[in-house]
Amino acid sequence: MFQRLDLREFDTSFTFAGRAIPAREGENLAAAILRADIKAFRSTPRSGAPRGPYCMMGVCFECLVTVDGEPNRQACLETVHGGMVVEPQAGAAEINR
Amino acid sequence: MRSPHKTGIAVIGGGIVGASVAYGLAARGEKVTLFDEGDIAFRAARGNLGNVWVQGKGAGGPAYADLTRRAAKDWDDFAHDLGAESGIDLHFRRPGAFFFCFTEAELERRSKTLTDLDAQATVPSRFEVMDNAGIRRLLPEVSSAVVGATFCSDDGTTNPFHLLRALLSVFERRGDYRPGHPVARLAPDGSGFRVETPQGDWLADRVILTAGLGNKELAPGLGLSAPIRPVRGQILVTEKLKPFLRYGISFIRQTVEGGVIFGESSEEAGLDDRTTPDVIQTTAQRAVAALPLLANAQVVRSWAALRVMSPDGMPVYAESAAHPGAFLVTVHSGVTLAPFHAGPLATALSAGRLDPAWQPFSSDRFSVPAS
Repeated sequence: MFQRLDLREFDTSFTFAGRAIPAREGENLAAAILRADIKAFRSTPRSGAPRGPYCMMGVCFECLVTVDGEPNRQACLETVHGGMVVEPQAGAAEINR
Repeated sequence: MRSPHKTGIAVIGGGIVGASVAYGLAARGEKVTLFDEGDIAFRAARGNLGNVWVQGKGAGGPAYADLTRRAAKDWDDFAHDLGAESGIDLHFRRPGAFFFCFTEAELERRSKTLTDLDAQATVPSRFEVMDNAGIRRLLPEVSSAVVGATFCSDDGTTNPFHLLRALLSVFERRGDYRPGHPVARLAPDGSGFRVETPQGDWLADRVILTAGLGNKELAPGLGLSAPIRPVRGQILVTEKLKPFLRYGISFIRQTVEGGVIFGESSEEAGLDDRTTPDVIQTTAQRAVAALPLLANAQVVRSWAALRVMSPDGMPVYAESAAHPGAFLVTVHSGVTLAPFHAGPLATALSAGRLDPAWQPFSSDRFSVPAS
């Protein structure tokens, strides 16, 4: 569905729900996940319905994911780093104790 | 010029207070028109913490303590009935709440205030004084910086948006709701009252002022006085988190949806409802000082809202002496007192006469007789 404008070779990768996704170091995380044809980034706290990026500019909070154990990160505001472990945000997060 | 519309009772202001009164009047068979400026208004209804709060209310005014305690007790039935009628869950919960004190002196003062208040009030409401270990048994997340607390099991919370939506949706089935109708002027007209809006005029047999901060400008036209002022509060809300806060704390609570809301500031800022970095920072620091694990929660939004405050903080329920049939209802605690406004107050307004027992809430108390 999405096509890259940056045609340089991928130089790194991260995982989303255990799946390795090739990427460029420093590119936008939500964009990289969408490019892998993944639409459901999270499920809602109330009904568990799947959700994905809507605004891509930090406003709608629909693209929430867990990044290296840190819950409720907005994927559209995160930057890809090699080896990053990204998980879908399943419902409400537990507060870190 | 178009001839004016006619109505039985004009309720001016569609926040939680106006909607409660209008809902109660319509349920009693009155023909009611509810005039609402809309969401551009300084709506305390949309900005408050949603507490149904009892402990400490009415210090210095036992009538207010009794009014609050009765209304809070009525909240269970009120939430149940309004929820059933509207199909909207008000998210009313009553787990009890703490008031945290950070010094021994503060705890001692607090405990004395509540003890004195309890001795004056006639409607019972129990409270406990706890030290840090006592709090910790109920709320293990409490910081050691909290010296102690008062705890009251009558304190609860609701979702103010759901409350307002529920009141309006039920009212709309029986009454005439007019959003986008700011009232420019109110005046006596023949045996009734004239309500002037940019969309036209209404003639009403009776008029009830529930316009929050707008009451101040509108009251004199009816021979009433509403010496109220805005007191700003700033609030923060975190990301949605799985429920972890079992109890309320005076200035912190977790919503049913999972966001943690906190705010306790009180500022004289006129009609400025913006947030300021210094107050937001202090509020966040105080919340983390009380519950250190909140440092791990991300704040996603902050806002400010304006309380509708009378000189002594108590409600004003008054009928115009010069123009009987014109009433003023102005309070700071529209959420807590909603069952009273929709219940006993609506009954009295329907009958056209306030209960003499509410004399302590008359606006006469603000006029100093000339010596």
